[in-house]
Amino acid sequence: MGELILMKGNEAVAEAAIMAGCRFFAGYPITPQNEIPEYMAKRMFAAGGTFVQAESEIAAINMVYGAAGAGARAMTSSSSPGISLKQEGISYLAGSELPAVICNMQRAGPGLGGIQSAQGDYFQATKGGGHGDYRMVTFGPSTVQELVEVCVDAFDIADRYRNPVMILGDAVLGQMMEPVDLDQAKVKPAPAKPWATTGAKGRKPNIINSLYLQPEVCEKMDYHLQEKYREIEKNEVRVEEVYLDDAEVVGVAYGTPARLVRAAVEKLRDAGLKAGMIRPITLWPFPSASFEKVVAGTAAEAGTGNRVKSFFVVEMSSGQLLEDVRLAVAGRRPIYFHGRMGGMLPEPEVVLAEMRRLLTDPAAVGGEYGLNYVVPALKPEAVAVAVAGAVHARGAGDMGGTGGGAR
Amino acid sequence: MDHEIMMAGFGGQGIMSIGQLLTYAAMREGKKVSYVPAYGPEMRGGTANCTVIVSDRYVGSPLTSAPTGMIVMSPESMAKFQPVVRRGGCLVVNTSLIDEKASRRDIEVIEVPANKLATELGSDRVASMVALGVLAGYTGAVGIDHLAASLKKVLPSHRHNLIPVNEKALEAGAAIGREARERAAVKV
Repeated sequence: MGELILMKGNEAVAEAAIMAGCRFFAGYPITPQNEIPEYMAKRMFAAGGTFVQAESEIAAINMVYGAAGAGARAMTSSSSPGISLKQEGISYLAGSELPAVICNMQRAGPGLGGIQSAQGDYFQATKGGGHGDYRMVTFGPSTVQELVEVCVDAFDIADRYRNPVMILGDAVLGQMMEPVDLDQAKVKPAPAKPWATTGAKGRKPNIINSLYLQPEVCEKMDYHLQEKYREIEKNEVRVEEVYLDDAEVVGVAYGTPARLVRAAVEKLRDAGLKAGMIRPITLWPFPSASFEKVVAGTAAEAGTGNRVKSFFVVEMSSGQLLEDVRLAVAGRRPIYFHGRMGGMLPEPEVVLAEMRRLLTDPAAVGGEYGLNYVVPALKPEAVAVAVAGAVHARGAGDMGGTGGGAR
Repeated sequence: MDHEIMMAGFGGQGIMSIGQLLTYAAMREGKKVSYVPAYGPEMRGGTANCTVIVSDRYVGSPLTSAPTGMIVMSPESMAKFQPVVRRGGCLVVNTSLIDEKASRRDIEVIEVPANKLATELGSDRVASMVALGVLAGYTGAVGIDHLAASLKKVLPSHRHNLIPVNEKALEAGAAIGREARERAAVKV
């Protein structure tokens, strides 16, 4: 254990990037993530790297494209409206197979929205905010310590798969200070990058490009990318499972709301109630296997997983993570949802009360303000169809298109 | 026990500094702790506030809508935050700048002429430190020794000459807070 220091989320993620070997940062100011470029501006020169306050978000992401192409560990950061501007660049990074880390400290939207915390960019991050059939590894950390750890992981994954990686934080996470132990971050050295455009002295020139005008060639490239994404799905899922062995109601949340759900779970356990939690740390690849474990089979079949009666999803959005949970659960259990938007944080008391009701009196759930949905479980005969559909939707089938079982 | 503490005043009163000092002290004491400064439109009006959660186990929400402990250093913050203090919680009121009498009867109100006491101790600038001492003395959220020991971390090095007067301010406030705690215990 190293020394605990107090750091703001924004500063911690910037320091973690430097620790991970990030030597190029370009950004453009926007609340609530300004401490990231501020910290980089102060720190990057001494670290021997380059900091650029670009003329726009679009310029910044394209500078990152250039730096990544030249082999640097490169990063940009912004908040929701600014991240929208970067989408073209992210698609190009994916298409050209360039490693880069993008940090989004989400604020409320759509449009200019507001500067308080929200999670409305989940779809944009996990389903491809830019054009084309690409995927971006997306982390959804929930503490300042975890911001540090996933940032280091993000640079490593980006390099290993030559793919953009997003750290999807939120305003509260960026602004808050918490104790951090920087020594907990496991920094791995960057791999050799023989593909990088480094001047071509004594070798054939490398070309970095995403333009394939012949459809046959372009499809081949797309297949290659899809194979890579399947590898990432297989190897890079990060998840925290809390009391999943005997949980009857399982909370699901990422980022700041995950803290509220986690606290509620502990309080319910104190009261002898069987609450649990699946906390996705990677949002893509999504930890579907954690759900499969607890919903597989029917209630009649004995098994640890079959105690789960329902899921409870909490988000600072109208239900985006909810859709991935629906795909994973595939109609086998009811899913309850509680969401706030516009920069409003869910109330800890409401989260606790709703989860308690789910455990003790499910009929009374949904009485609190905020957006509350119930996605009912399907009839058993429909489940088989839904499960097959979900497997297809989350891409678990093999590349030959013959379909395949859930992992 | 979880302490959900907020402090509010106007820019320049050292609100963020006492919030960070409390956070450092809690960390030093081995507690779980979080600090969130207000950075939105609420600070554009010239008021400043921050939230510190101190827990023995786990900090869930780093924000609170009903603080168990509240410091108000200015009339505006008194008007805004008196109503939100959790029933049974405490409100530290800086009577040097706030004329309004607290109307809540379901919370412990501790009136302290923080600026006056600070001036008597040698520097008007440690008024918020007096108030933090009161809150810590009353709630026991962190030890005064840990607050004092954390001053070096929070004050910039060119202000380290003010550490002794800050320590005196914390001690003076803590004595008032502890006294209020004893009075409250007798009432119960």
